[in-house]
Amino acid sequence: MSTQTAAAPAPVRHARPDSARGSFVSDTWVIARRGLVHMRRQPEALSDATIQPVMFVLLFAFVFGGAISVPGGGSYKEFLMGGIFAQTIVFGCFGVALALSHDRTNGAIDRFHSLPIPRSSVLAGHAVANLIRSFLPIGFMTVTGFVVGWRIHSGPLDILAAYGLMVAFSFAMIWVGVLLGSLVRTPEAVQGVAFVVIFPVTFIASTFVPTSTLPGVLKTIAEWNPTSSLANALRNLFENPGGTAPPGSVWPLAHPVAYTLLWAIGIVVVCAPLAVMQYQRSIKS
Amino acid sequence: MKFTPIEKFSKPCKAATVTTNAIEAHGLVKRYGDKRALDGVDLDVARGAVCALLGPNGAGKTTAVRVLTTLTLPDAGHATVAGHDVVGDPVAVRRAMGLAAQDATVDQLLTGHENLTMIGELHHLGRKAARERATVLLEQFSLTDAGSKLARDYSGGMRRRLDLAATLVAQPQVLFLDEPTTGLDPRARNELWDVLDGLVSGGATLLLTTQYLEEADRLADDIIVVDHGRVIARGDARSLKRQVGGDQLRVVVADRADLDEVTAIVGRIAGAAPTVDAGERLVVAPAVDGGVAAIGALADALGDADIAVEDLGLTQPTLDDVFLTLTGAPPEAEAGREAGVPVATISEDRS
Repeated sequence: MSTQTAAAPAPVRHARPDSARGSFVSDTWVIARRGLVHMRRQPEALSDATIQPVMFVLLFAFVFGGAISVPGGGSYKEFLMGGIFAQTIVFGCFGVALALSHDRTNGAIDRFHSLPIPRSSVLAGHAVANLIRSFLPIGFMTVTGFVVGWRIHSGPLDILAAYGLMVAFSFAMIWVGVLLGSLVRTPEAVQGVAFVVIFPVTFIASTFVPTSTLPGVLKTIAEWNPTSSLANALRNLFENPGGTAPPGSVWPLAHPVAYTLLWAIGIVVVCAPLAVMQYQRSIKS
Repeated sequence: MKFTPIEKFSKPCKAATVTTNAIEAHGLVKRYGDKRALDGVDLDVARGAVCALLGPNGAGKTTAVRVLTTLTLPDAGHATVAGHDVVGDPVAVRRAMGLAAQDATVDQLLTGHENLTMIGELHHLGRKAARERATVLLEQFSLTDAGSKLARDYSGGMRRRLDLAATLVAQPQVLFLDEPTTGLDPRARNELWDVLDGLVSGGATLLLTTQYLEEADRLADDIIVVDHGRVIARGDARSLKRQVGGDQLRVVVADRADLDEVTAIVGRIAGAAPTVDAGERLVVAPAVDGGVAAIGALADALGDADIAVEDLGLTQPTLDDVFLTLTGAPPEAEAGREAGVPVATISEDRS
C-alpha cells in the first residue's frame, strides 16, 4: 500500500460552479444514471415492472377472463389492457419509494449530502431514473397485450395521447413514491404500505371488472378512483371496450381523460411540495 | 462598486483564528427530544493536525461529526470548517471537506471505479477528470484489481479503503472519519491504520472518532475525550494515561502459596502497594516509572526467588479506566468490551 495516499492537498483544479444551484441539472443526471445502473444490476427489483404485469395479463386474460363479461359486449382481453396499464403505473410509486428508503438506510443519502450539490438533486435524480424506468412496464405490456390478442382501434393522435397520459400519470405517481419514501423509514415498511393502501386502490376500480358490477359503496369509490379513470381513459383513447361510459354516468366516467389529467396535476401539486418538505425534515435530524 | 455588508468588517478578527484552525466549534448543542446529544461542545483542531474524538457509544461523537459536516443543524453554538461557517455557508464546507461516515457508505451496486467517478462528478471535476482521479486513487489504495468489481463483493477492509478513497476525490483540506475501523478484524484494522498514517503524513487536517484509546493513541496527536455530549478531557495519549495512572504490572502466580511473597516483590519494584485478587491469584500495581524496565526487574526478581508464574505482563489503561478516572463512572455503552490490552504494542512511545 502506498503511503503517499494523500500527497499534500494540491490546489484543487476543477472548475466549480459559483453556486450549487448552477450544477442542479448535471448533478441530477449523475444521480439518475446511478439509479439506472442500480436497476440494471438488480433485475429482481424490476420484477414489479416486468414479470408482474405480464403475469397479470396472462392470469386475467386466460384464467379469470372467461368468467367476466364486458357490458356492451366486446373482447375482455381488450378491456383488460387499460386496467393492467393503470394498475402497473399506480404501482410505479414503489420503485422510487424503495430506492429512497434503501439510500436512507445504507447511508447513501448522507454521502450525497456531504457533497457540494443541491440537496434537491438527490430527489430529482431518483425521480428522473424512475420516470425512465416507467417506460419499461409500458413497453412490456404493450408487447404482451398484442401477443394475447389486444388491438388498438384508434388513430395515431389518440395513441400518442394514451401513451402521453401514461407517462404523465407515471410522473405523478413518482411523487407519491417520493413522499412515501420520505415518510416511511425502512424498505420493509414501504412493502407494508404497498399491500395495505395501494393494492386495494388498484382493485376497487374498473381495473379488472366493470364498475357497474360492484355493490353500493364500492361502486361509488371505484367510479371516483383515479385508477378507474386512468384505465377508462386508456380504453377510450385506444377505442377498446369499456372506454365509453353509458349516458347518465358520473362525471369521472363520462370524462375519463380530463378527470385523469386533473388527478395527475393534483397529485403533483400536492405531493411534490409535501415530499420535498418531508424529505428536508427527515434529513435535518 | 458594491457596498460591503457590515458583517464583512468584523471578519478580520475572525479570520485570525480561521487561518490557524481548520476546525473550530463553540458551544455546540444538539438535542434529540429530551436528550442532549451535544451539550456545549468546544473544539479546535489546528491546520494539519490529527485529532481523535474518543468516547463510548452515545457520547455524541457522531453527532459532532454530523454537525461539522453540515449533515445536521446545531440547536445552538457555531462552528467553522476550513474557515467556512457550517450553518451559514454549508456548500463551501462541503467543498472543502471529505466525510467517511460510520458505516462505509460506498455504493454496493457500483464498481469501485464507478463509485469514485460518481463522487468526482458530483464534485464537478468533469467526467473525464473524475475517471482519471478514480484510477489514481484506486492504485493508491491497492484496489486497482478490484476496481471493476462491484463494491458488494468487497471485503470489509476493502470497502473501508474505497470509502476513504472516496473522501479524497476532491483533495479536501479537512477529513472527517467516523469510527473508521469499527467492525474490522484486527488484520484489516492494522492495514487501515497504515493507510491512515499515509493520509496524516499528507498534510490534511483529520478528525476521527473512535471508541478505542489504542486507536486514538496510534493515530492522533491530540485526543479529545467526550461523554454525554461534553468534552471531559483533552491531551495527547501520554498525558491522558498519566491522569489514569499509566501502565500496570500484572502477575498471576501459579501457586496460591506464593501470593504473599509475590505481593512483596511487586510492591518493592513498583514502589507502591499492589492490589491483590486472591481468587484469581492476581497481583496488580501501577508501573510508576518506565513499564518496560519494571517488568524486566520483576521477571528477574521472580526468577531469583524461583517462583512460577502463569502470566506476567504490563497492561495499558483502557477506555474504561480513562472514564473511571475522568468521570468517576464507567462508560455506559459497550466500550467496556475491550479489557486489558497486552502491552508490547505501545512500549515504543514511552519515555
